[in-house]
Amino acid sequence: MDSVATIVQGVGVIPALLAVNPVPWARSQMAFTLGFHIILVPLGVAWAFMALIANWRAIKRDDADALMLAQRWSKCMAVTFAVGAVTGTVLTFEFGLLWPTFMGRFGAAFGIPFAVEGLFFFLEAIFIAIYIYGWKRMKPWPHFWAGVPIVIAGIGGTVSVIAANAWMNEPQGFTLSGNKVTDVQPFKVFFNNAMPYEAVHMVLAAYLVGGFLIASVYAFAMLRGRRDRYYRLGFIIPFTVAAIATPMQMIVGDSVARFVFNNEPTKFAAIELVPKTSSDVPETLLGHLNKDGTVTGGIKIPGLASWLSDPSTGKNTVVQGLNAWPASQEPTLNEVNVVHLAWDVMIGIGTLLSLLAVWYALSWLFRRRMPMGRFFLTAASVAGIAAIGALEAGWVVTEVGRQPWIVHEYLLVKDASTTNGGVWITFITITVLYAIVGTTLVLVLRSMSRRWRGQGEIDESDVPYGPSPIPEGDAPREEAPVG
Amino acid sequence: MSDVIAVVLFFGVIAYAIFGGADFGAGFWDLIAGNADRGSRPRALVDHSIGPVWEANHVWLIFCLVVLWTAFPSAFSSITLTLFVPLTLAALGIVLRGSSFAFRKSVLRTRDRRRYGAVFATSSILVPYCMGAVAGAIASGRVPAGGKSGDWWSSWINPTSILGGVLAITVCAYLAAVYLTHDARRLDDPEMTEYFRRRAMVAAVAGGIVAFVGIFVLKADATYLFHGLTSRALPLAIVSVLCGLGSLWLLLRGSLRWSRLLAIGAVATVVAGWGVAQWDYMLPQTLTVSQAAAPSATLWTVLVVFIAAAVLILPSLGLLYALDQRSVLGTEVH
Repeated sequence: MDSVATIVQGVGVIPALLAVNPVPWARSQMAFTLGFHIILVPLGVAWAFMALIANWRAIKRDDADALMLAQRWSKCMAVTFAVGAVTGTVLTFEFGLLWPTFMGRFGAAFGIPFAVEGLFFFLEAIFIAIYIYGWKRMKPWPHFWAGVPIVIAGIGGTVSVIAANAWMNEPQGFTLSGNKVTDVQPFKVFFNNAMPYEAVHMVLAAYLVGGFLIASVYAFAMLRGRRDRYYRLGFIIPFTVAAIATPMQMIVGDSVARFVFNNEPTKFAAIELVPKTSSDVPETLLGHLNKDGTVTGGIKIPGLASWLSDPSTGKNTVVQGLNAWPASQEPTLNEVNVVHLAWDVMIGIGTLLSLLAVWYALSWLFRRRMPMGRFFLTAASVAGIAAIGALEAGWVVTEVGRQPWIVHEYLLVKDASTTNGGVWITFITITVLYAIVGTTLVLVLRSMSRRWRGQGEIDESDVPYGPSPIPEGDAPREEAPVG
Repeated sequence: MSDVIAVVLFFGVIAYAIFGGADFGAGFWDLIAGNADRGSRPRALVDHSIGPVWEANHVWLIFCLVVLWTAFPSAFSSITLTLFVPLTLAALGIVLRGSSFAFRKSVLRTRDRRRYGAVFATSSILVPYCMGAVAGAIASGRVPAGGKSGDWWSSWINPTSILGGVLAITVCAYLAAVYLTHDARRLDDPEMTEYFRRRAMVAAVAGGIVAFVGIFVLKADATYLFHGLTSRALPLAIVSVLCGLGSLWLLLRGSLRWSRLLAIGAVATVVAGWGVAQWDYMLPQTLTVSQAAAPSATLWTVLVVFIAAAVLILPSLGLLYALDQRSVLGTEVH
């Protein structure tokens, strides 16, 4: 009888388990899965470009080290692209699963950039397969050119997805009557005001992060004493790409900030920690906003925020403060502080990375070689992780800074969310699953690199499970006609 | 115009079924290939066969989702609202399948391969089951329109959904076995050709039985769909049966060239039959295609993108398959 009672009680618990407020969990799940996927984006977008540089060099100069780099990178790309593709798929499911009201109401407009993105994703998936699997039997130049669409599609796909995000920040090109989008202007939706700024910023970020991240692996190897030409080349190609992207990103970032100042004033007020509308607003480094509207801690640089917002009016530039909007239409206090901190992290890391890029450039300029000192290599080996930190921080600024809106001034996050009270369960499940997939991804990539270094070598013939090397006598690439 | 886009959507569903479906089916054969020793050759063939193409095939799913939410947003939100559980399971299964497949190919230790392989194979069954159950839920009218959620559990745990799930698994296994027979012969491997030819026939018979049982299930549980299948979709159902029988006969005789085409025909007509049977409802009996449709400018955009895709992507896909089928795409370099 006791057990029956337990079961009855247990059944009574189920409705309670499925009645947890879904909004914070849906936000957390979306944030976590996007935050995970965004790390794979730079690898998908920028790595193919770097592999092609190595590939081009390999063919043009008959460079065996470059060929080996390109081949190995393409093999790693196969793994990261697969994980990127499936985690991206989860996001497409989540738009509906977590935000059914948002999709039902705005899908007709918001979906347009994704339709374009689908096209690029298709091209990317097709040509990445041809490139990865074509090494042995395709002729070198056709094989090289099969890689070029991956780069174009990667950029096109990024621009499309960012166009959708920019539309959430600056919704345009539609008429809403009641709960339905009636008239849609597709071009205005895709090319909304925020799109050019955000898109360039993200594409550069992808090259910057991808470059620093891949270079950091070789910097680490060089610190461990592996300094032959293969490793130097493996460092120089991605690091040069990142070092070129970094100063460009600073210029673009500056105009993005001014765009936000002019067009998304709530976000800007949170970024600059401005409680009250005023001129001569100081730039506050770190520090936080209190409930009573005062700012404590941090370093204040007088007038700088005003000056940067519009240099033509200098420190007289008026910056709208958070008091300009009712509390229900601006980020909460915690969100404001998160946005401000994320902004500082992004700018701080960006500044340090650009110093590293300058160091690298000066070394090439004056010594005609990359810096090989211990300090530089240590800095370069943490630059990859740091760049990811900046990427995540930048994304936090744009997303948390839009709160409480999902579609700015049209739909609140809390009204867009699913009513499903069981989301906390899927959040926990997906977090655990992604943690496992992420860890395994790193371990698999590491085991590949170990194998290539010849440590812990395993005889491939001793593999009773899964694919054995295809037995039909593949002609090695070296024997293929060059040119 | 909304009818045209609905056809485009179903074109995507069919493409996903015959290309993506076979990749899932390959996972099914991988799962039951036996222990590490015995299963090594079929698994090697599975790897070799789907390695270069599965990601491109997977994009059809993205295509369907994007067309659905852009062109028929209210249908999409109703489906995701009611079918939260099976769709979440499918999404998780997709992550597990794709990543474990990629991981398996990149490691060499047997222990690791076995672990990733098991995840890959198990999730290859989970995903088509969930997709089939979702299709069953929609087809049997268990997804209500208008922003209300249907029942979370009975919407996808019911006779039609179970039929959909089981049918999806058998159909995927059938397609995969037919393709793998073909690939084994291309690679001059008579033993594997025979191995998968026999399995293709078993799967064809199994698929036939499930479909036959399905007639009674639908008659009892999904009357609108049943009515459609026995009237306007009847020609498609007949073509599907004929294709299925034809491919079985060709497999028996060992003439593999046309068996693949007929197998594709059998599956494509089943999926198309579903669409025609529930026409012109997006969600049977609560939401029609034209009610669910987005404003016409959006529909035109989807059509333009689709035509651009046809111009750009179909030749690229053709190139990928041609290179793959001519064994130009070998293994990756180690």
